[in-house]
Amino acid sequence: MILLWLILLPFVGGLVALFSGRLGDRWSRSVSLVTMVIHLGLVVVAWIGCFTQAAGAHQGPWLLEMRLPWIDQAGISFHLAVDGMSLLLVSLASFLGTMAVLASWTEIKERAGLFHFNLLWCLSGIVGVFLAVDLFLFYFLWELMLVPMYFLIALWGHENRAAAATKFFIFTQLSGLFMLASILGLYFAHGQATGRYTFDYPALVAQPLASIPATLLFLGFLAAFAVKLPAVPLHTWLPDAHTEAPTAGSILLAGLLLKTGAYGLIRFALPLFPHVVAHFAGIGMVVGVIGILYGAILAFVQTDLKRLVAYTSVSHMGFVLLAIAAGNELALEGAIIQMISHGLSTGALFALAGALQERTRTRDLRDLGGLWLQTPRLGGAVLFFALASLGLPGLGNFVGEFLIFLGAFHVSISLTVVAVSGLIASSLYSLTMVQKVFFGPSRNDTKICDLSVCEMAGLGAAMAALLWIGLYPNVCIRETARSLNYIANSLYTQATAARTAHTPPHMNDESFVFLTDGKP
Amino acid sequence: MPLIITGLTAIIIVVAIAIRRNHRLIFLLSLAGLGAALFSIFPVLSSVPQRVTLLFTVDRFGLFYTGLIIASTFVVCLLSYDYMNLHLENLEEYYLLLLLATVGAIVITVATHFVSFFIGLEILSVSLYTLIAYQRMDMRHIEGGFKYLILSMVASSFLLFGIALIYMRTGAMDFSEVAHVLQGSKDLAATAGTVMVVVAIGFKLALVPFHMWAPDVFEGSSSPVAAFLATCSKGALFAIMLRYFSSIKMGDNTPLAMILTLIAVASMFAGNLLALFEDNLKRLLAYSSIAHFGYLLVAFLSTGSLKGLAVAYYLVAYFVSILGAFGVVTVLSGRARDADTIEDYYGLSSEHPWLAGILTASLLSLAGIPLSAGFMGKFYVMSAGIQANLWFLVIILVVNSALGLFYYLRIIAAMYVLPPGRRLSRAPALMGTVVLTALFLLILLLGVYPASVTGFMETVALR
Repeated sequence: MILLWLILLPFVGGLVALFSGRLGDRWSRSVSLVTMVIHLGLVVVAWIGCFTQAAGAHQGPWLLEMRLPWIDQAGISFHLAVDGMSLLLVSLASFLGTMAVLASWTEIKERAGLFHFNLLWCLSGIVGVFLAVDLFLFYFLWELMLVPMYFLIALWGHENRAAAATKFFIFTQLSGLFMLASILGLYFAHGQATGRYTFDYPALVAQPLASIPATLLFLGFLAAFAVKLPAVPLHTWLPDAHTEAPTAGSILLAGLLLKTGAYGLIRFALPLFPHVVAHFAGIGMVVGVIGILYGAILAFVQTDLKRLVAYTSVSHMGFVLLAIAAGNELALEGAIIQMISHGLSTGALFALAGALQERTRTRDLRDLGGLWLQTPRLGGAVLFFALASLGLPGLGNFVGEFLIFLGAFHVSISLTVVAVSGLIASSLYSLTMVQKVFFGPSRNDTKICDLSVCEMAGLGAAMAALLWIGLYPNVCIRETARSLNYIANSLYTQATAARTAHTPPHMNDESFVFLTDGKP
Repeated sequence: MPLIITGLTAIIIVVAIAIRRNHRLIFLLSLAGLGAALFSIFPVLSSVPQRVTLLFTVDRFGLFYTGLIIASTFVVCLLSYDYMNLHLENLEEYYLLLLLATVGAIVITVATHFVSFFIGLEILSVSLYTLIAYQRMDMRHIEGGFKYLILSMVASSFLLFGIALIYMRTGAMDFSEVAHVLQGSKDLAATAGTVMVVVAIGFKLALVPFHMWAPDVFEGSSSPVAAFLATCSKGALFAIMLRYFSSIKMGDNTPLAMILTLIAVASMFAGNLLALFEDNLKRLLAYSSIAHFGYLLVAFLSTGSLKGLAVAYYLVAYFVSILGAFGVVTVLSGRARDADTIEDYYGLSSEHPWLAGILTASLLSLAGIPLSAGFMGKFYVMSAGIQANLWFLVIILVVNSALGLFYYLRIIAAMYVLPPGRRLSRAPALMGTVVLTALFLLILLLGVYPASVTGFMETVALR
């Protein structure tokens, strides 16, 4: 039941926020914050539940599972489940959601009720995407993320918001419809082969498909996830959407929506179409590397602060794409850690950019400079997260990127070498960003105040999380290893019988377990 | 039975108007009649199918579509009351005409013979001519009515000619006996006859290339009449198309299937592309309606178990969403003119947030966004299409759905983003708002829990 509440709570909270908005903006903000705090509590309870359960023997890959019948004749059920990977992403969602609510405390001054309604419903959709295990439900919640985010950008965004919001919506909706066609194709193919029509993910994983239909169906899924990820030719919605969105919108976009694309690839595309993925692995890795370098170079030349951070997202998700295309367990572990750390660091960077914009009324780097003297705390926070973003050892991003490089190295040495140069590029843009905003001559005469205590508290939590992942990643790795083991195994065995509990592989930098070098 | 009750109500209204002119009385009478007709469907359900004279067959399929039409007319009636109050003359005949048009539509849904088809079509059309041109002092209405009159008469003559050709070849006019003609025989007369029947039906459904009348007529008629046009007249014709073509399997590459595929693709593209340039809401909804019937044709062209369910569900979802959209236009309209330009909707969310929300939900349902009935409908249509391996059509459907988003989003954005302009009427009517709320809830219900109606719909499918 707790899984259902993880989705329903923001849903209901959004409705309450909308109606309490009539009473006044403060009410809706408070309702929103309370909802998110309770949500965080639920996530903690879920973790505790998983840990207490972990003592016993495990059947199957899921830590928690829930299933309700929905549209039985079509084989659709309301099937939610978590394993380590999804639970980590849900925790990220909850945390970033809270941060988003806090970040928009002073920024949103009109129609706050509607704003928080959209924010919480978007979050509900995101959490649902991480929890859904029935393909129809997954698609339903995938689309549910889009409309509130469209409204967030279109109503409370910055100058160019209408165009950015429309572009975002059309891109993601069109690719989502292709995914729907693929889902339906998979449904019918499975049904015709086995006589059992179902949208249920565990059932569909065991189904082998002939190569041509499998490739086409995979391309449908790939369309949706590649647009979300974003993979380089399809990324053009991202800079506009991130820049024009309000702070909370940017945090959700960069921190969570991009991860849903990667999550979809790992959870659905990889296990359902293993041979096709192996086939496309080379192209995928090249696209990933192109994304890394392209994003980094474009970030370096930006003059708009938020646009710069947006392009860094393109670059970092290029790492994730590289890892997924490489396909071995090591790289996938790195991908998940990279996803979480990137979510934390970029979310925080967007929150700080928003704070900066609120204070100085500008995002243009040419108008900023020398702010360290006035706002050392703000500067320190930005410096911290910029260092995280560039992959400083000791922080989470480094662990992720390092594991990705290790994994990709087994598949293609040359591409890994090119990708590593992305690290240099990322230092370029991160340090230039900090330099232009906080150091150098001051071009702005306005008096601005430093970060307040609540802001520092939220950012402090993000810093602590990044440090923890960076210095002691074993907990994350252990949790994800079990789920990835399942995925990696289902890649190469067809129908899996009930699997007995197994000890998760012990991970440290020297010894590693890998099942494949990306080719069947 | 529902047919009889509706007809009786029309006659009672004629007498009532002769006795005493009172808008509210006539309104309540027509509501009562329609309500009685709707409820009379349920006891009848158990004793079907039944053949009534040579002309009609009342079966679950016909009763379902009859019920749908009566329910839509009921909603249109409710929405028209306050709208008509703004225009001060000769209000009562409006309801009479509306009921007569409903009678015609019901006749079409239960017809299994060319004669009854034609009779129903003519009753529906003639009533519509007058309904469209109802505000006879306004040039646009007369223009719309005239356009519809001329083109509809041409379509009816096509239909007659087609019927005559088929009769010449087969010596019969009953659908079941005529069925073998549809198999695509080499006979020129029979084929020409079938094509002409398709032309006539295509006109009424506003499918490409017979769609040119739709935007002008929709713009020229008053909003409730436009709502009626978009729902009942199209729904009835679609029902009879299903019935007429039910004897042949669409799947094999018959010439008929190829023609219909072409029409479907053209309708989807034309509807969506032409709507992109529209600023007038009624014209935009007309084009959207053209596109939606293109999507419906995809389901129509499918073979397999999902066809009946897909078509029925999509029609219901379409009815509810279009009624919602036109309903908001009606409720916001004023005496001078209807609320049909997009400037009338600027900033609607700050003045009438509830109405803006309902229009948003209706438009999102038309666009096919999850949580709404339109998404479920589109999902079923896509399933039916994929089940029949109509991959080309499904991809076109997907692309067009995305195209459609452009103009729906433009209206939605205008409602929320832009500052408000001048409003046409002072306050939206209460009854209209209640009706729209009910439609809104229905959109949500059908979007989230389709199992509530799909069980019934599966029994409705033909054969």
